[in-house]
Amino acid sequence: MSAIPAGVEGFLHRFDGLRQRLPGARLPWLRALREAAAEAFRIQGFPTRRAEAWKYTDLRLVAEAGFEEPLSAIDDDPALPAPRGPYRAVFQDGRFREDLSTLEEAPFAAASLAAALPALEARLGALARPAEAALVALNTALFEDGLVVTVPAGVAGGVLELLSFASAGERPAAFHPRHLIRLEAGASLTLIETATGPAKARYLHNPVYEIELAEGATLTHARLQQEGLAAFQLGTAYARVASGATYDNFTLNAGGKLVRNEIHVVLEGPKAACHMNGAQLLRDGQHADTTTVLDHAAPDCASRQTYKTVLSGRSRGVFQGKIHVHQVAQRTDGYQMNQALLLSPEAEIDSKPQLEIYADDVKCSHGATVGEIDADQLFYLRARGIPEAKARAMLVEAFLTEAVEGVQDPVARDALQAAVAGWWEKAA
Amino acid sequence: MLKIEGLTAEVEGKPILQGIDLELPAGEIHAIMGPNGSGKSTLSYVLSGREGYEITGGSVTFDGIDLLALEPEERAAAGLFLAFQYPVELPGVGNALFLRTALNALRRHRGEAELDAMQFLKLARERMKALSMPEDMLKRGVNVGFSGGEKKRNEVLQMALLRPRLAILDETDSGLDIDALKIVADGVNALRAPDFSALVITHYQRLLDYIVPDRVHVLMGGRIVQSGGPELAKQLEASGYASVKAA
Ligand SMILES: Nc1ncnc2c1ncn2[C@@H]1O[C@H](COP(=O)(O)OP(=O)(O)OP(=O)(O)O)[C@@H](O)[C@H]1O
Ligand SMILES: [Mg+2]
Repeated sequence: MSAIPAGVEGFLHRFDGLRQRLPGARLPWLRALREAAAEAFRIQGFPTRRAEAWKYTDLRLVAEAGFEEPLSAIDDDPALPAPRGPYRAVFQDGRFREDLSTLEEAPFAAASLAAALPALEARLGALARPAEAALVALNTALFEDGLVVTVPAGVAGGVLELLSFASAGERPAAFHPRHLIRLEAGASLTLIETATGPAKARYLHNPVYEIELAEGATLTHARLQQEGLAAFQLGTAYARVASGATYDNFTLNAGGKLVRNEIHVVLEGPKAACHMNGAQLLRDGQHADTTTVLDHAAPDCASRQTYKTVLSGRSRGVFQGKIHVHQVAQRTDGYQMNQALLLSPEAEIDSKPQLEIYADDVKCSHGATVGEIDADQLFYLRARGIPEAKARAMLVEAFLTEAVEGVQDPVARDALQAAVAGWWEKAA
Repeated sequence: MLKIEGLTAEVEGKPILQGIDLELPAGEIHAIMGPNGSGKSTLSYVLSGREGYEITGGSVTFDGIDLLALEPEERAAAGLFLAFQYPVELPGVGNALFLRTALNALRRHRGEAELDAMQFLKLARERMKALSMPEDMLKRGVNVGFSGGEKKRNEVLQMALLRPRLAILDETDSGLDIDALKIVADGVNALRAPDFSALVITHYQRLLDYIVPDRVHVLMGGRIVQSGGPELAKQLEASGYASVKAA
């Protein structure tokens, strides 16, 4: 077995070897896009902690690991969870599994990106910014597949599941799916995403989302990140929210060894709204980073962010939240809250809120707290006969409640609550 | 049922309990009175196992077993219940879930079948009606946004559901209106049985008109300095603790 070249070189080497074979290799616009992205990745390299946006998250583990493209022959079938709705798109190692997916009857168009590429010139790359983000550049150069969804105007799309599985390969695999979600005027969709993988497999899942919401559309986007504990997930989502539309994102970071959940949202029409909630549940040895960049670029928009991190063992959590209120964005109503619960003295949380306000009539607040389990609350529960482990679990769940209850869609909320409860049972 | 002998305890190096001797036989209700800061709540916390108290001497047995060696939840399982002077708020923990979890933990321990949500609700509604508590208190966070009196009633509701064998009521009457006081007293009296005992900590004789104690103890400076029958409470009400000091 030959050694896999690591780091930037390794990925560029793979790009050289694959460029003729990657999906859409014969589309000139896509070739140009990939070439430019590979060049952008070469110039930027992996971000280091010297970069302000990466101050608290060190990617050396990722940069030093050598990855391969996943094996092309997929023979094992992942164990699929019980469906949460009639429509699901299944991806294994970043590739669409048509045989496991059920999309035909959906009242919206949903398909494999690889198959749809010829029609995507105007859409693919409309929001992502590879020149500014090395991981997005890497995704653009090497993506093989993804999900393309278009919900027509006025259609209530219901629940769509996006399931991502990593398989247990001999050698570390990297996959970089690109998902394009578009809701036309007045459309709605609940997208529930679950990402999992084998407990001990080392792999890199580097998804990029481009999300466009037209006037009055509503997207609930629940992401349950439950990757294997040796895995890396570095995800970047870009969302553009038009007038009167709502983007409701909830990200649960429970798996992975090193995880970054980066979300860029632009509220670009009046009365657009955005909820970004999340929970990070971290055990010994895990590092999870949630970074949000929110642009209030139109008047009368509202944004709500509530992030909660629970840290046990020697784990590390990061929250960075930037809100940029443009000069035109009068009567902005912005709120950001970030709270951490430390269950161990060795756990660590870093938090960096950043408000840049250029409009004068603005209501914008933010706060951050770090605490431990309250001794009086714990005693109160125990004094009523509730065993200590259960009492702690109840207080952790109570801590997370506010973030989970912020999710409007009941199916997404139930899925999150179940995932939170499941995490604790394993951790306790 | 409860036997406290020579109990001494410190908080942050400061001696608070300075040799408590008290025997509470099964079926009896004893009142503890005493000035502010004399150690009444400290005693109730030490008995229920709160952290932060160093037991420097003495012993406590509950039905012959060493109470101080047990974890708080084990004491509760053994039948001890403390109605807190200052009930704790638990935002995000629903009152119904809290009560059911506590009740089922005890039922499991007693070898009884756990109650499902419906069975529990039926029982809780019954008990709440008896305490004139509005039903929506089940839906709210534990003690969150409860008035002072509602918090105390919620303590009594917990007691009524958990049916302890030894209840310690730490100023459960403080902050209650006259009707509520009667309701709380009825709640305690309803538990009276040959196998039920209670320590009722109070500043006011009034409560003892409704819950007539078998004995009254005066706790001062971390010691029981005087004990007597119900008439002792009346005497204290009339002449204050100065008369005790003189004695
Ligand atoms: N954590 C603590 N640190 C320092 N001193 C404490 C602590 N807890 C209690 N004390 C002290 O112990 C003494 C006894 O307090 P305790 O609460 O037991 O009194 P009490 O008899 O219940 O009074 P009250 O009638 O006001 O409720 C007081 O002087 C109090 O200040
Ligand atoms: Mg007290």
